[in-house]
Amino acid sequence: MRREWFKFALYALIVLLAPLCVNGGYLLNVLVFVGINTLLAVGLNLLLGFAGQISLGQAAFYGLGAYGSGVLTASYGWNPWLALVAAALTVGVLAFAIGFPILKLKGHYLAMATLGFGIIVFIVFNEYVDITGGPSGLPGIPNLTAAGMTFDSDLKNFYLIWAVVLTVVLLAINLVHSRIGRALRAIHDSEVAARVLGVNARLLKVQIFTCSAVISCIAGSLYAHTVTFISPASFGFHFSIELLTMVIIGGLGSIYGSCLGAALLTLLPEMLRTFQDYDIVVYGFLLVAMTMFLPGGLVQGGGLLLSQLKRLWPGRGGNNA
Amino acid sequence: MDFSQQLTQYLLSGLATGAIYALIGIGFAIIYNSTGIINFAQGELVMIGGMLGVYLLERWQVPLFLAVLLAIVGTACVGVLFERLAIRPLRQPTPLSLVIITIGGSILLRGIAMLLWGKDTHALPSFSGDAPLAVAGATLLPQHLWIFALTILLITATKLFFQYTITGKALRACAVNRRAAGLVGIDVRRMVLFSFFISAAIGALAGIIIAPLTMTSYDVGIMLGLKGFCAAIIGGMSSGIGTVLGGILLGILESLGAGLISSGYKDAIAFIILLLILFLRPQGLFSRGESERV
Repeated sequence: MRREWFKFALYALIVLLAPLCVNGGYLLNVLVFVGINTLLAVGLNLLLGFAGQISLGQAAFYGLGAYGSGVLTASYGWNPWLALVAAALTVGVLAFAIGFPILKLKGHYLAMATLGFGIIVFIVFNEYVDITGGPSGLPGIPNLTAAGMTFDSDLKNFYLIWAVVLTVVLLAINLVHSRIGRALRAIHDSEVAARVLGVNARLLKVQIFTCSAVISCIAGSLYAHTVTFISPASFGFHFSIELLTMVIIGGLGSIYGSCLGAALLTLLPEMLRTFQDYDIVVYGFLLVAMTMFLPGGLVQGGGLLLSQLKRLWPGRGGNNA
Repeated sequence: MDFSQQLTQYLLSGLATGAIYALIGIGFAIIYNSTGIINFAQGELVMIGGMLGVYLLERWQVPLFLAVLLAIVGTACVGVLFERLAIRPLRQPTPLSLVIITIGGSILLRGIAMLLWGKDTHALPSFSGDAPLAVAGATLLPQHLWIFALTILLITATKLFFQYTITGKALRACAVNRRAAGLVGIDVRRMVLFSFFISAAIGALAGIIIAPLTMTSYDVGIMLGLKGFCAAIIGGMSSGIGTVLGGILLGILESLGAGLISSGYKDAIAFIILLLILFLRPQGLFSRGESERV
């Protein structure tokens, strides 16, 4: 447990020091998006990496959060925090309700069903023009405020969003080391065996699905209030795949892996400007290559590398002596 | 145009798109039955068929029917390569890794198509002119007739193939029980490869014959693929008449929905049907209990 606290403290330290290392305002802006994507990737990893249930509809929950907050504040003048909570509650109830029929499905069928759900939501964002503004988007979303301060600069948003991220990471780590986390991994390995041992697999799967949907929804609300303009293009199938790639690259079932995956896939395209047109090729290639050669993701790959080096080290020392 | 004519028009165009969905769905079913994999890249193979046809025709001025043939063969080779390079080398295939790898493969294929052929939308010329025919007050394009004819031909051919040829019977044996099929001397891995070959070829044909009506571009694969999957799910993953009926049902409902309710929500109809079927009757509409495979 002490090791976990150490790892978390290290991660928090890196995060808090990050704004000092970037002097340009632009990179700080990118780091805000790293935070949002980290939330989404950690949420998906709870479902995919721990419970072993795939979802290709994460972008839908993300979008519902963004549009929930956006519409309630921009069109109806709600308080942003109230809107965020209302959106999160609504999405939670929705995810819980569709979770039961959807998570009865397994493997490919689950992937198809969540994908279908994602596309339906995406179509509604585009077509329900009266409410969402349709393909041209929804402008005029206010920034969040707290105690008289408006979160209108990148630095303020950075600390706001990363405070949420660190809280969620801490909660997620707690969750996976608890009885529930072990039960989830048991479901991943064998649902039948887990049920024999008294795990209520059906309910637990729905609960974790709801949990990951609510995290995505909150990320969506934060996104809407940060950028103050949203359009359906950010919440399509393509983004669900991007999230999947983040989780796979980092490593299934590793919370910090998802943090790493989200950071890499958000920063890399910004660093390599030419990347833009090739991104779907790169995502596709990464998904295939990681699944084939490094199913445990970069985190496990790093661990393997480290243990190889350790094995080499005393050997070389022995030769020299 | 009075209401009954309008209805005939919707039915006819629904029938044509439904036939396309049926063909794509059969592609899904053939691979699913021999391997247990839902090939997410199926839709991309449909796209590659259409785009390859356009490319051969426009860039190399190949005569239309030769271009169609070459595009089908080329796509079938892509399907085979996909199996050899992505599916077979997987050391410990779990359902999850197979899902992820076929999704990755589909994104990769789409990306490569975008790099090779650009983002423009292309149209293939109709196979025999664009002069509309009048049928019971509705108009029908010659391309519709081509779609009907080729779909019927292809479905009959697959039926005969599975029923009477030794390879077809071997594929059916793999569908029933792969290990037992291996024990009686069937080369299961070759059959898997072969099933990718056939379904890529069928998908390519579907992509080519629809291209003159709906245009084609590098990103049409996902929608066509999902709707084909929907047809196969309605049909209970059979590669026979069930999926054909599923495709036609889907095509007609979609066309009626677009015409009578709202064209913007046309695509949503397919996915609502997909979810309803998956929730309520995952074994398909037409089968009782254990559904027939192949």
